[in-house]
Amino acid sequence: MTAANIKVSETPLVLYALRRADDALILGHRLSEWCGHAPAMEEDMALANMGLDLLGQARELYAYAAKVEGRDNDEDKFAYLRDVRQYRNLLLLEQPNGDFARTMVRQFFYAAFADLYWRAMMKSSDPTLAAIAAKSEKESAYHIRHSSEWIVRLGDGTEESHRRAQLAIDDLWAYTGEMFAVDDSERGLIDAGIAIDPGTLKAQWQKTMTSVVNEATLALPKSDWMQQGGRSGRHSEHLGHLLSELQSLQRTFPGATW
Amino acid sequence: MYTQALNSSDGDDRGIEDAARAAAFQARIDDDERIEPNDWMPAAYRKTLTRQISQHAHSEIVGMLPEGNWITRAPSLRRKAALLAKVQDECGHGLYLYAAAETLGTSREELVDLMLSGKAKYSSIFNYPTLTWADIGTIGWLVDGAAIMNQIPLCRCSYGPYARAMIRVCKEESFHQRQGFEIMVTLCRGTEEQKAMAQDALNRWWWPVLMMFGPPDKVSQHSDTSTKWKIKRFSNDELRQKFVDATVPQAQFLGLTIPDPGMTQNESGNWVYSEIDWAEFNQVLAGNGPCNRERLAARRKAHDDGAWVREAAAAYAEKRKARLLAQAAE
Repeated sequence: MTAANIKVSETPLVLYALRRADDALILGHRLSEWCGHAPAMEEDMALANMGLDLLGQARELYAYAAKVEGRDNDEDKFAYLRDVRQYRNLLLLEQPNGDFARTMVRQFFYAAFADLYWRAMMKSSDPTLAAIAAKSEKESAYHIRHSSEWIVRLGDGTEESHRRAQLAIDDLWAYTGEMFAVDDSERGLIDAGIAIDPGTLKAQWQKTMTSVVNEATLALPKSDWMQQGGRSGRHSEHLGHLLSELQSLQRTFPGATW
Repeated sequence: MYTQALNSSDGDDRGIEDAARAAAFQARIDDDERIEPNDWMPAAYRKTLTRQISQHAHSEIVGMLPEGNWITRAPSLRRKAALLAKVQDECGHGLYLYAAAETLGTSREELVDLMLSGKAKYSSIFNYPTLTWADIGTIGWLVDGAAIMNQIPLCRCSYGPYARAMIRVCKEESFHQRQGFEIMVTLCRGTEEQKAMAQDALNRWWWPVLMMFGPPDKVSQHSDTSTKWKIKRFSNDELRQKFVDATVPQAQFLGLTIPDPGMTQNESGNWVYSEIDWAEFNQVLAGNGPCNRERLAARRKAHDDGAWVREAAAAYAEKRKARLLAQAAE
């Protein structure tokens, strides 16, 4: 192994697995940044717990991408030896933690999607993806419960928590559209029954948004402008800093085993 | 929860009554009975245990910081997951221990405030910085190793809730210790740079780890009554010696050198180590270790920055309760 970026043969299926693996890794990494700094010990445990679930999902998806690709890449090469332009995660998930409201809103937006997504993916004609989905679905069910409860507590808590939760919703909303986007490489997998069309989940996701946000006495933004780019490696400026931290040891000591 | 109230007696009888109770209490301890939260206990026993258990809890929580410092930089996904899981376990240990301390009548919030204000201590070891990845292996191997030496005897401590918490904690700690040692094995079988990183970490952590067992027996202020009450079953120096004897062969297996060139084995097989720098230990306890300020500042910041979240949760719970009551009244 050298410290240079690896080459990846991004066939549609490899790319598909990498996109979901990157989602899980980057969000898991963000949650792990909270460790020791959360507002309550119980929440320290919960954030680490969700982070660990996501790291586990990432590892399974990377392993599958490596198997499908059939070169000598593996989970660590995918995670540690690709740069910003090779990462394929959603822009939403690389957004900084900010305050606790921002972290929970990001979690809520994604978990509400992931929960529907993994449940639907259990019917994938690809047995590995279906198996990963069956495991991930149990975890995302917990993540959506935990994060939606916090959205309600924060929204319907104090004036201060209401203000912060609303601000986070307004700021992060434009990153939600990317979850439902489909490009040509995914279209073929959808037609083959390997992937599900995320567009079919949007109405249900929107329903969860509306009911939880209403219960929280908060409001969804009117704007429907949506940022895109993560899936093709056009990221926000935040990801580079995240990766420089994540990858520092592998980059400093090329070829070492840890 | 305030069981202290159960212990008060009125007027002139108190002295005689307490003397009789104290004797009965000591007889139970001598019979190896477990003391439970509602049992009578001497005020000093309650105080000593509250201090010890809460400091133990604080150590778990502050101890999340030096290792947490490397979660985002762990060199492989497997190591990253293991480290995150470990730090999460430590938080869980903190929660068990605060719960055990609360059975003695002081709330977690009060105990945490004492730590944040610097009035209550936590283990001296967590005031040292984690400078390289090898420090994470060394902490697992040595710091958790030392913690296990200290905690195994506590599984038989006279106070039931503490002893039971320790049984659960020790199971996870020994797993962490093996993980840490495995990191060291990997580094020591790795490149020259990795091996040097491992040696450097051992050099920096060895003496602070020996200090974890506390001051030498001749100056330890809590030992006499703690031993009489079976809170403590071995002296600081006995446990420290046990740790050194167990660790030297592990260092040899790794091909690492313990930074104590004068070490020799005596005729009974014990490794005789050099004098510990107690001046450094006292400085660290007094707040002047390399990271004391950062550790407390990080915990205070988490506490202060999280205040609005805790207030929101409390306000929401109140509103919900009021709504449910209103509904029930309809």
